[in-house]
Amino acid sequence: MSGQVKAGYARALDIKRGRVDLSHGGGGRAMVQLVRELFARHLGNTWLEQGNDGTVLPPISGRLVLTTDSHVVAPLFFPGGDIGSLAVHGTVNDLAVMGARPLWLTAGFILEEGFPLGDLDRIAASMARACAAAGVLLVAGDTKVVEHGKGDGVFITTTGVGEAHPHCTLSGSAARPGDVVLLSGTLGDHGMAIMSQRENLGFDTPIESDSAALHGLTARLMACAGADIRLMRDPTRGGLAATMNEIADQSGVGVLLDEAAIPLRPEVAAACELLGLDPLNVANEGKLVLVCAEQAATALLATMRAHPLGRAAARIGGITTDANHFVQMRTQLGGCRMVDWLSGEQLPRIC
Amino acid sequence: MKYIDEYRDSALAQHIAAAIRNAASPARIYRFMEFCGGHTHAIARYGLPDLLPDNVHMIHGPGCPVCVLPIGRIDMAIELALRHHAIVCTYADTLRVPASDGRSLLRARAQGGDVRMVYSVADALKIARNNPGEAVVFFAIGFETTTPPTAVAIRQARAEGLKNFSVLCCHVLTPSAIINILESPEVRVLGTVPLDGFIGPAHVSTVIGSRPYDFFAEEYRKPVVIAGFEPLDVMQAILMLVRQVNEGRAEVENEFTRAVTSGGNEKAQKLVSEVFELRRSFEWRGLGEVPYSALKIRSHYDEFDAERRFDLEYKPVPDNKACECGAILRGVKKPTDCKIFGTVCTPENPMGSCMVSSEGACAAHYSYGRHKHAEVPA
Repeated sequence: MSGQVKAGYARALDIKRGRVDLSHGGGGRAMVQLVRELFARHLGNTWLEQGNDGTVLPPISGRLVLTTDSHVVAPLFFPGGDIGSLAVHGTVNDLAVMGARPLWLTAGFILEEGFPLGDLDRIAASMARACAAAGVLLVAGDTKVVEHGKGDGVFITTTGVGEAHPHCTLSGSAARPGDVVLLSGTLGDHGMAIMSQRENLGFDTPIESDSAALHGLTARLMACAGADIRLMRDPTRGGLAATMNEIADQSGVGVLLDEAAIPLRPEVAAACELLGLDPLNVANEGKLVLVCAEQAATALLATMRAHPLGRAAARIGGITTDANHFVQMRTQLGGCRMVDWLSGEQLPRIC
Repeated sequence: MKYIDEYRDSALAQHIAAAIRNAASPARIYRFMEFCGGHTHAIARYGLPDLLPDNVHMIHGPGCPVCVLPIGRIDMAIELALRHHAIVCTYADTLRVPASDGRSLLRARAQGGDVRMVYSVADALKIARNNPGEAVVFFAIGFETTTPPTAVAIRQARAEGLKNFSVLCCHVLTPSAIINILESPEVRVLGTVPLDGFIGPAHVSTVIGSRPYDFFAEEYRKPVVIAGFEPLDVMQAILMLVRQVNEGRAEVENEFTRAVTSGGNEKAQKLVSEVFELRRSFEWRGLGEVPYSALKIRSHYDEFDAERRFDLEYKPVPDNKACECGAILRGVKKPTDCKIFGTVCTPENPMGSCMVSSEGACAAHYSYGRHKHAEVPA
């Protein structure tokens, strides 16, 4: 008996052994199947399931904060995270440091032909866990496939929508001389965790990425002394050095850091020493830099330290008057030096 | 970090700084050259000039491997990547050194050249093993410290029968460069660079030992203190130099006894002389042609010499006219004496090699010290 077609039958996606092929981006059944059986299985929610070209979202009372971030990290899986969790944390943190409550995310995936579906499944599952932990929903998405050799596995762009804190005036241009600089924990963990996995380095180290969502910490800090917080930043690419130089430029001030006060894991310090890197230039994915009025510094530091993501928080310096907008640092030896922007690219494809 | 933190101790640094202040006679100025870029970097990174009295001056020397590479040598590497389609492997700083016609290895890469950054010559060997159909060239730069690993790699390639691997050898020698500086008219005749002594190299000396410096101390009456790259090493060396000058001594002293012996690493020296021989002359950026100042691959290892294999010819190219790298590398000028320092020439857009490597005098001053000389904008 032949010729019997089972209505609506489609062989399930072979997530264990299958690979992304060009049809998964072609707009046909294969693409719909990939979205349904892989992405929606992990990330599905009522908004995503509207299935329209755009998602209609409910009104919110406050001001909207919008941000977007692309992620191209190599390797895709690293100690302490993967590109999926990183893509959620990166965008959630950009909202959090604006003092906003993260609400919704969208995600665009560029997949390379031949990429194992099993790995994509792990990435989608990891994104779902990160979204759930951060209390955000993925409400729209897109998938494209590029030919083999034209991508590097997966690139993910996430866009985030958040609701601004009612009285929030945080801005990179708000730092004033006399203000205090706080840092929520150790520097360089993410960058060095990635470096340790690179094929030409492969050194054994227990360093894990600090990739984490900061919105819980920032919400507590806003509740503690929101009016005295001038600005918050997450020092990602370019590290603390780039972040402090941005603040100095935007606010038209100088910065004086205290090297001895900057928290650093011994294994990160050792790896940086070995590779000739400055931990001040190395990327972080779960750290917060906060500039506040002197009067609130003690309370904010205590609030940071009371939060799991801020246990090693420290007061690392202050804002100064400087017409050249230089970032300087008292070295542990007692001298003084500049902390400059990074020249060129120290570690490519870090986030 | 154990064995590192001990050499970065703040209280000890203040203690040595006080000893230098006490020892330095207010009646005179002390001018010491740190030969190595590693020392230049340590001095800038730890802000050591702030700990020194005003009459103790540090002059940056030419010991930065990337800085002394002449343009013509970078051109050769670019030619290998673009014309011979070789995979060129090199250390990261070398990628950004400006070559002729506004080119660099980084730009050659953007033009489609296969230029790869490696942390060691062993990585270049690995790339050669993994790409048997491609020619892989290691762009070998550096002083005596990086030479033994290159020798090991060439021997290893021979042992493995690795036919697609070769080396563009640009290894240079420290003692010849120091002699060149001491013989230069500015130091010997004109007195425009009054040098009172040298901080001798750390890592280079672990290989060559302290003996090669005896000659400078004796012949040129200049004290030499070999020092490690940690900030306390540098401070201690400066104190030892001040004391030698005060006592009229010109000796080779070794502050870095935890790593440097008189004879150096004889095994490494043997290995180097088995694979390399002296070049009759080699052009250095800043110092010009310096006789017997560099190494080439012995004819016994011909097949690993990229210059012979690809029939490369060295063409000297003059530096940018406005660039003072040459005078800066000889200690005749300071980075701030250069008209294009910090304006046309910055780490993002280097015109001269001293602005490229973090060990270069200009890059170190720009990145760590320019706040001291900055004019307040109107």
